[in-house]
Amino acid sequence: MKITSEEILHVADLARLELDAAAARSLVPQITEILEYVDLMQQVDTSDVPPTTHAISLKNAFRDDVCRTHLENAAALENAPEKDAGCFVVPRIIG
Amino acid sequence: MRQLHGLTISEAARLLAAGEISSQQLTRAVLERIDAIDGRIGAYITVAADTALAQAATADAALAAGRGTALTGIPLAVKDLICTRDLPTTCASKILQDFVPPYDAAVVEKLRQAGAVLVGKANMDEFAMGSSTENSAFQITRNPWNRNHVPGGSSGGSAAAVSADLCLGALGSDTGGSIRQPAAHCSVVGLKPTYGRVSRFGLVAFASSLDQIGPLAKDSRDCALLLNAISGYDKRDSTSVPRDVPDFVAGLKNDLKGLTVGIPAEYFDTRGIDAEVLAAVRRAIGTMETLGARCLEVSLPHAPYAVAAYYVIAPSEASSNLARYDGVKYGFRDHRQTDLMEMYRRTRTAGFGPEVQRRIILGTYALSAGYYDAYYRKASQVRTLIMRDFEKAFANCDVIASPVAPTPAFEIGAKVDDPLRMYLSDVFTLSANLAGIPALSVPCGFSSAGLPIGLQLSGPHFSEARLLNVAWQFEQATDFHLKKPPL
Repeated sequence: MKITSEEILHVADLARLELDAAAARSLVPQITEILEYVDLMQQVDTSDVPPTTHAISLKNAFRDDVCRTHLENAAALENAPEKDAGCFVVPRIIG
Repeated sequence: MRQLHGLTISEAARLLAAGEISSQQLTRAVLERIDAIDGRIGAYITVAADTALAQAATADAALAAGRGTALTGIPLAVKDLICTRDLPTTCASKILQDFVPPYDAAVVEKLRQAGAVLVGKANMDEFAMGSSTENSAFQITRNPWNRNHVPGGSSGGSAAAVSADLCLGALGSDTGGSIRQPAAHCSVVGLKPTYGRVSRFGLVAFASSLDQIGPLAKDSRDCALLLNAISGYDKRDSTSVPRDVPDFVAGLKNDLKGLTVGIPAEYFDTRGIDAEVLAAVRRAIGTMETLGARCLEVSLPHAPYAVAAYYVIAPSEASSNLARYDGVKYGFRDHRQTDLMEMYRRTRTAGFGPEVQRRIILGTYALSAGYYDAYYRKASQVRTLIMRDFEKAFANCDVIASPVAPTPAFEIGAKVDDPLRMYLSDVFTLSANLAGIPALSVPCGFSSAGLPIGLQLSGPHFSEARLLNVAWQFEQATDFHLKKPPL
């Protein structure tokens, strides 16, 4: 297998997903199959080929630095799962 | 006259301008059609009857005052990952189930300015990840041509809604074929514009170097009308290209004499391509020849590597883009948490469906320490070679013709447990996203089982006008686009 269930659990942790051991095991064959397929790319000689991250050649997109209105505090908080005094509320971070 | 919901945008606009029908009549007809049919199709996540009728009344006033545009009073559907400030925008995900955006996407602003009526938000694969609309957290969408089959995806709700006359036209998004493949499966016209042609401000991001918004419509002229309305530079989207937009409707006038159609050997050589799809596409190419086009074999030697490159790049970008769903600023939060990390984990695990989690894990792995060069960098280099293939091919031809999907729409459930097989159904469409070029699907036939088949036409960057003209000429010589599903 190209990937172990321990590696999947590690990657899931990096991605802030909570998998149990059974879920990780069931992903092993699927992710392995995809990674093996993706290895097809290794057949391609890419020495001296620059990577493309943007299909259209655009120079840096600058805009004028002008003041404008931003989202009002109340609108920004409208969808917050928990809010208080104009702030987003999160669980305690520092013990 | 046909029933109002069966009209094209062009036909309805003519009747609206002449005062023969009102937008309120038209909108009511579409809403009644949704009431009657959508229980069996499942195209909409949200139907906005009240706001649609209010918009229709406003449109009627604008039309009466002579202030109508080509889209004034026209009932349209919008894929549910395009932000609408008065309607939920769920991305078909539990994590955004109750999310009502504080602003409109740029394309929605433009539709509103044009006086269009937004009848609802269309179903999709969760966060646009899928090729069948089965990955929606809320409902499946059935193919109007055969309800045991998928409509394609990820813009399956938009395609099914247009096909079943549940709207007159729709917007979708296309990251690897998500407009073109469902358009082909539902027998409507769907166009993925050039990367940068349409502003993505307010489009929920999936894979930022690939995503593009585009129209789905009953024919190419309607597609051109919608593209006219949504195209153009927007400083709020840093990938938007400052470039003049032609009138795509005015461009529907040239015959095909002198047009060179490239036929990529690699696309017609693919194992696993359905014989009826191949035959229909070959017949469509024959029709273009009859209309004066010349065919030329071209080569896209790196096409066989496109799926591999895509399924590294798209999940990698998705894993980064979807990091924002953390249960803090908007969307679902799991409230059982004891600390912040546990809140993140529980929220994301309960909020995202299986395919989204699979892609986040795949993308996180591909970007993680030690694997970046082997996966993301390699895929980005292969991407360069795929782009160069198209550049070379378009030096000798004006458009490239190919199938859209290797088979007609498959049965519901056929591929849900086999992600790789599902990914391979994108083999013909995702190169256009990697290269940033425009491509469309136009109906070109039906299988013996009565399932639609689409012809894909792709062209160089910013050649949408040419693609639409070729599709329009093809429609003048054929009647596939006029056929209606048996509902």
